[in-house]
Amino acid sequence: MSEQVNPVLLRTGGPRLGVAVPVCAVLAAVIAVAAVAGRWLAPHDPGVQDLLNASTGPSATHWLGTDDFGRDVLSRVLDGAGSSLLGPVVAALGATLLGLLLGLMAGFLGGAFEAVIMRGVDLLYALPALLVLIVLVGMFGGGYWAAVGILIVLSTPGSTRIIRSAVLGQRTLPYVEAAHTVGLPRHRIMIVHVAPNVLPTVVATLLLDFVAALVALSALSFLGLGLPPGSTNWGRMLAENRTLLELNPWAAIAPALLIMIAAMSVTIIGDWLHGRLERGRLDHD
Amino acid sequence: MSVALVIGRRLLAIAVIMIVVSFLVFAILFATPGSPEQLLLGAGPTTPEALAAVRAKYHLDEPLFTQYLYWLGDAVRLDFGESIQTSQPVVSVLGERLPITLFLAGYATVIALLVGIPSGLLAGLRNGTAGDRLVTFVTTLGISAPSFAIGILLLYVFGITLGWFPIFGAGEGFADRLLHLTLPAVALSATVLAIIARQTRAAALTVESQDYMTFARARGLPRRLLFGRYALRNSSLPVVTSSGLVLASFLTGAVLVEQVFAIPGLGSLTVAAVTNKDVPVVQAVALLAALVVLVLNLLADLAYTVLDPRVRKVVFPQ
Repeated sequence: MSEQVNPVLLRTGGPRLGVAVPVCAVLAAVIAVAAVAGRWLAPHDPGVQDLLNASTGPSATHWLGTDDFGRDVLSRVLDGAGSSLLGPVVAALGATLLGLLLGLMAGFLGGAFEAVIMRGVDLLYALPALLVLIVLVGMFGGGYWAAVGILIVLSTPGSTRIIRSAVLGQRTLPYVEAAHTVGLPRHRIMIVHVAPNVLPTVVATLLLDFVAALVALSALSFLGLGLPPGSTNWGRMLAENRTLLELNPWAAIAPALLIMIAAMSVTIIGDWLHGRLERGRLDHD
Repeated sequence: MSVALVIGRRLLAIAVIMIVVSFLVFAILFATPGSPEQLLLGAGPTTPEALAAVRAKYHLDEPLFTQYLYWLGDAVRLDFGESIQTSQPVVSVLGERLPITLFLAGYATVIALLVGIPSGLLAGLRNGTAGDRLVTFVTTLGISAPSFAIGILLLYVFGITLGWFPIFGAGEGFADRLLHLTLPAVALSATVLAIIARQTRAAALTVESQDYMTFARARGLPRRLLFGRYALRNSSLPVVTSSGLVLASFLTGAVLVEQVFAIPGLGSLTVAAVTNKDVPVVQAVALLAALVVLVLNLLADLAYTVLDPRVRKVVFPQ
């Protein structure tokens, strides 16, 4: 699923994309600024209708033209950046933190912890996440933040799997043995010593979870679930302005491109960061 | 262990999982906000007689487990009741929509394999060249970008601006359908294609450094044989292993892509059913989706043993 990004891909990644990384960093920074300050940067009020100037193409006053209610597309895209990205950020943070906690417990403590956690993970991992999300949010409602909550539950198994395998790689290393020998308590070794060493994996997981959540939540709003009509969420804008492709294509293409650029630049940065942190850690050893 | 026994055990496992899933799917009716009889009657005014009729028809006065058994008994005989929206039997609604989505998914699979494997092989065997970088860039886009965003761009460029392809509907007849579903199939295949290309590339990199490749080169075997048999067959293993999960992603993808191109398939049926709380249709679609995922994974595992004699010996020891 598209829509299930396989995090293992990071490690089987391509050649380092030299120029692509700074370009993506700039793009991601621009989108981040729009997300934080979008509603103040917007040149027009995103909600104001001007039916006489509906569905017009790009012009000096409306850089990306107007939608079928004559609302300024650029302003709406800027206004929607925050709501389009905040949900994915929360979902990624939630899933990665839970994944870190469960992954550490399953990988480091082993035993009953591992058995229980990994059975649950395997069970949830087999579900087509986005389909489950669509049915749950569509049938039971609850809106956008309920969707974010369900998404955290559905993405945690993936994060847990990756972080657990990174923790398993650490468990037999000399520094862990040394810590055991010195007599440090297990939870202390786990949190203070092992956790920082799986940081590269955690960061990569966080960024990948963000991309997956961005795709899932945009898809949900694209289908008209979770958010009210007229919302400036990019997925919703894309769906509502699909019929304007012949009159003012930018009304649909701008949000589509922004979702793609955000997803792709974060993926590339995550890949690069993972490589750097991994190498830095190896140099350190 | 014989082949039949291994397959039999897997089929049994699938049956057990399906029973669990069917109970969850049945529970959708009761977990959905609103009373079951109201949901099953749909919107609009109701009479006490109509409510009583629904209660009798769906056995709503029986205990929950008995209701489930009634429902399961019908479901096994492919009777999922009637769609609340159209009053048609759910099975005939599914039957109408399924061929379109199957065509779309099959088309997307063909595109993903025909483009993904050669480009991954090329990138892996020509590691570090401009072609390799191009493949990596495009696959990164394919993996991260959602199918509906790619679909909108394709629709605009090839459907509206260039006018090469129709912009909505599924078409009638094979040729027309092929034309109508080309852009949707490309959009649907993007992610899977990218994953296949990436995995093939990684596998080809590993295969490339194996002794048997060096030896085959040294013997002066033709490139066709070198790439076609040695590299391709060995690189295909990881692709096949994950193909079950990957093809299952078409299920979700179809929901979005069919919405972009206004295709009357299973995906748009799902969206309409969920939006209108058409419980019988949602139940049938969810059961079908679960079955497809389970069967695809079984087929992928079986294909794996066919392709790799080493695996065959582990799974089916003589």
